[in-house]
Amino acid sequence: MSTSPDRVGVPASDGSDTVIDVAGLHMRYGPYEAVRGIDLHITRGEVFAFLGPNGAGKTTTAEILEGYRRRSGGQVTVLGEDPEHADASWRARIGVVLQETEPERDLTAEECLQLYAGYYPAPRDVHQTLALVGLAEQANVTATRLSGGQRRRLDVALALIGDPELLFLDEPTTGFDPSARRAAWDMVSGLRSLGVTVFLTTHYMDEAEYLADRVAVITQGRIVAEGPPGTLAGREHAPAEIAFTMPADTTVDDLPDPVRAAVAESTSGRVLVHAESTLHILGPLIRWAEGRHVDLPDLEVHRSSLEDVYLALTNPDAHTV
Amino acid sequence: MAPAPTSSSPASDTERASLTRLILHQFRYDLRAFLRNGQSRFFTLALPVLFLVIFASVFSGGHQVKVAGGRIDTSVYYVPGIIALGIIAAAFVNLVISVTAQRETGVLKRRRATPVSATALIGGRALTAVVVALGITGVLLAIGWAFYGAHVPAHTAAALTVTVVVGAISFCCLGYAVSSVIRNEDAAQPITQAIMLPLYFISGVFVAVSVLPHWLVDVANVFPVRHLAAALLVAYNPHTTGSGFSGTDLLIVAAWGAAGFIVALRRFSWLPLGH
Repeated sequence: MSTSPDRVGVPASDGSDTVIDVAGLHMRYGPYEAVRGIDLHITRGEVFAFLGPNGAGKTTTAEILEGYRRRSGGQVTVLGEDPEHADASWRARIGVVLQETEPERDLTAEECLQLYAGYYPAPRDVHQTLALVGLAEQANVTATRLSGGQRRRLDVALALIGDPELLFLDEPTTGFDPSARRAAWDMVSGLRSLGVTVFLTTHYMDEAEYLADRVAVITQGRIVAEGPPGTLAGREHAPAEIAFTMPADTTVDDLPDPVRAAVAESTSGRVLVHAESTLHILGPLIRWAEGRHVDLPDLEVHRSSLEDVYLALTNPDAHTV
Repeated sequence: MAPAPTSSSPASDTERASLTRLILHQFRYDLRAFLRNGQSRFFTLALPVLFLVIFASVFSGGHQVKVAGGRIDTSVYYVPGIIALGIIAAAFVNLVISVTAQRETGVLKRRRATPVSATALIGGRALTAVVVALGITGVLLAIGWAFYGAHVPAHTAAALTVTVVVGAISFCCLGYAVSSVIRNEDAAQPITQAIMLPLYFISGVFVAVSVLPHWLVDVANVFPVRHLAAALLVAYNPHTTGSGFSGTDLLIVAAWGAAGFIVALRRFSWLPLGH
């Protein structure tokens, strides 16, 4: 591999834990305001998901952070520098997986990585990186002949070859079939062990939930919620739904008081209960069933999913649970 | 929307060594990709050979063309003209198509996120064009020597080499300039051919200038194709007595190249123009 000791070295990490710091970011295209004052603070080692519908301002924000676009207003610091004025040594510390990029033409996967490795002062090993993204067996396949999922993994490998501290992933699994998505998720999870900070944009709730330490939901250019996926927008306090089918020879009126009082719906033996506190419903319900020696084989507890929270946040008029 | 190119600090020896290394690195992969691409090989290597064989065969059988210092066989006359076509195919047509495609498909955008400089990418791509141009020149000279008994006099070999290199670099600059105004990769091939085909006809590449009306030659004299073909003919013509350098023609070709360089510098974009 063609690394050279005479390239400008990577500046020593300043020891700060802040990787991305954004305050009051604005982006206008003529009269249209794509980003309307957002704040972000992302620390080293975090996997951060920027979640929002198409056209919400995700990619615009990502491209400002990556140094592709000049912002209209606000403060942006990425790895200690303003991306608008960043130089080659800054670019050596980031990796970018763009949304729509075709592979290098007429080169194999391995040659693509060798070419990009030569751009960096201290690149990762080409074969190790191919193995990391699961393309070891495709090393000698022409990049344009790879499948969609494999191309995306090559994109990730190209973004990782410079051994970045910060990786941008713009909608990494859009258009993937479920197994390819799963493989891509496993790969991104694996990046944690490399200590890479990840800035991910996605419109898939399950992707954000599976991968991210922290999620910010953006809609119409504004952040409407931010936090760990498990507690986003007070999700952990939202009422749970408990559903079961009444055992034979029983009716809703036979249920113990706390359960009966919370019944929201009962149709042809199927009962739906809204539980502010799950245990206060489940406890009496189970003791009641045991006392009667009956089973509740299809008992379900459904907690407000990230998708429910997301839909409520991004579309206030929509029906919410 | 692209940020302004980063201003370069005074080039130290280390930076210069690093740039040279990067240009050579880029060149290795650009050349490999070029040689692997069937379309590039056909239009840049096979087609000029085909043109030479066809034109030389059509006008074979004692036809002669009047040139400076005497007369030469028409088949011999076509060798430098088709060399001009080969240089333009390598440095201009192929470059416009590949650079436009790289920009419009996001390949340049991805490279922009790496530390590599535009200078290194353009240097590597231009070097590829020059090497391919020298290669096709060698092939066409070999065919001219083997089948039409034409060979380059030793005293003009240097002039011929310099002319090929100056022509290739100038047409690279023009290629980058033209690429910067094409917004769609599919338009690159038709646009370059629409520019070049008429110029080939009036510049002595397909038809000897001596049979063209004066006004058409006057038009051709404005453009660089005519001057590249003329400079190559002087360096190739067995009747040439001096070193074979055609200073005025080379200066005009280089001036077109310089103009292209300025346009390319002002309009270079890492990001797709078409969407």
